[in-house]
Amino acid sequence: MPKGTGWKDIPIGGLILEAGNSAEYKTGGWRAFRPVRDAEKCIHCLFCWIYCPDSSILVQDEKMVGFDLEHCKGCGVCAQVCPTKCITMTPETEFEKEK
Amino acid sequence: MREIMALDGNAAVAHAMRQINPDVVAAYPITPQTSTVQTFSEFVANGLVKTEFITVESEHSAMSACIGAAAAGARVMTATSSAGLAFMWEVLYIAASYRLPIVMLDVNRALSGPINIHCDHSDTMGAREAGWIQIFSENAQESYDNFIQAVRIAEHPDVLLPVMVMHDGFITSHAMERVELLSDEEVQSFVGEYKPAMPTLLDVHNPVTYGPLDFYDYYFEHKRQQVEGMAHAQEVILEVAREYEKLSGRRYGLFEAYRLEDAEVAIVVLSSTAGTTKAVVDKLRAQGKKVGLLKPRVFRPFPAKELADALRHLKAVAVMDRSISFGAMHNAGPLYLEVLSAQRIYGGNMPVVDYIFGLGGRDIVPAQIESVYDDLFRILETGQVERLVTYLGVRE
Repeated sequence: MPKGTGWKDIPIGGLILEAGNSAEYKTGGWRAFRPVRDAEKCIHCLFCWIYCPDSSILVQDEKMVGFDLEHCKGCGVCAQVCPTKCITMTPETEFEKEK
Repeated sequence: MREIMALDGNAAVAHAMRQINPDVVAAYPITPQTSTVQTFSEFVANGLVKTEFITVESEHSAMSACIGAAAAGARVMTATSSAGLAFMWEVLYIAASYRLPIVMLDVNRALSGPINIHCDHSDTMGAREAGWIQIFSENAQESYDNFIQAVRIAEHPDVLLPVMVMHDGFITSHAMERVELLSDEEVQSFVGEYKPAMPTLLDVHNPVTYGPLDFYDYYFEHKRQQVEGMAHAQEVILEVAREYEKLSGRRYGLFEAYRLEDAEVAIVVLSSTAGTTKAVVDKLRAQGKKVGLLKPRVFRPFPAKELADALRHLKAVAVMDRSISFGAMHNAGPLYLEVLSAQRIYGGNMPVVDYIFGLGGRDIVPAQIESVYDDLFRILETGQVERLVTYLGVRE
């Protein structure tokens, strides 16, 4: 039995009673390919930030600094639109090996 | 002011809708339901109601619009029949699972094919697992009364499920009868001002999401909640009926028992055919035969224990089904299968047989109903059940 709240204690009808909670749903587990950035080639144009459908590009002081891997689904759009091709989609299995 | 009017079943329900004055009605025409929403649309055009009347391009859209409006906090109604109900199939389940108290008239009509516009119960029997409360009406008066009560049942915080009210296509929908209407004020005060039990989409202070993805982690729990709503419905139906009786003088229960108490044999049958059966019961009673009738009113939730208790003293029972559950045990009808299950759990050892009748609007006449009682007495005499399922009125 999966963990979670029992049927008597959740809102009926599948309603979600609070706003802005989609970040609580971790979609990173869906990912088969992980974006890996070559920071030296990155020109911080932020195309990836504009195009990422899951708001998973982390930006500080107008610089691209990495990926939110708890939410990145590995769609590869960032790698596709990157003008310097600094993002490589890498199979998750390679990171499994690292562990 | 209370009025007594000559109305067909559809017009009676249109008047109930007028008196309830719902916020939104979204509907698509289909025979034999059409005159319900047509009549209601005249009330809208004449300014007798404040309802937003949405004409849509299909029944799938009609129910979808009802769901959206109900989720936005509106009191919502619609009406359909047969293929229209079938076209709503997908969204029927959504209305029930979002726990939206939508009230719908379904005028019972055969499902195609071959194409047919006349009465049988295959449309709503097919929808019996959709999570809706189902209430069958014998005549125009009952349909009017049931429709008003349905609002209170659906919206009750312990229930929060959509309700469909049925009457028989053409037989009830298009036959003029004497109908007693409550006054507009009485209906308004009976249904009360609608206060949604849950946050709604237009409540900007309490933002809410309707219809998010619900996978293996919570879907099961939400289905379990629906069962709870259905389990509470029976008591609420009776509570609302008691209050309605005080107002109208007309008594409703889970079913109607007609000359059943001291009967030896009885027929169980829904809707208008129960009216015909009452006349047959009276005729046979005058001949000294102890016959009775049980007319279920509430089919979902099925009142299994109460029904088994009411039938227990009988020596033989015939269920009459106006639809077939193809491929079920003996290809019997759904009402028969429910009665048998109830008997299995709650007791009763008498033989129970099934009669499939009236498909596609085939007439059912008193002589045929009399023949069913004759068959039951033959079972008593011989102790033998020749057939579990009989096709009453089909040409061999």
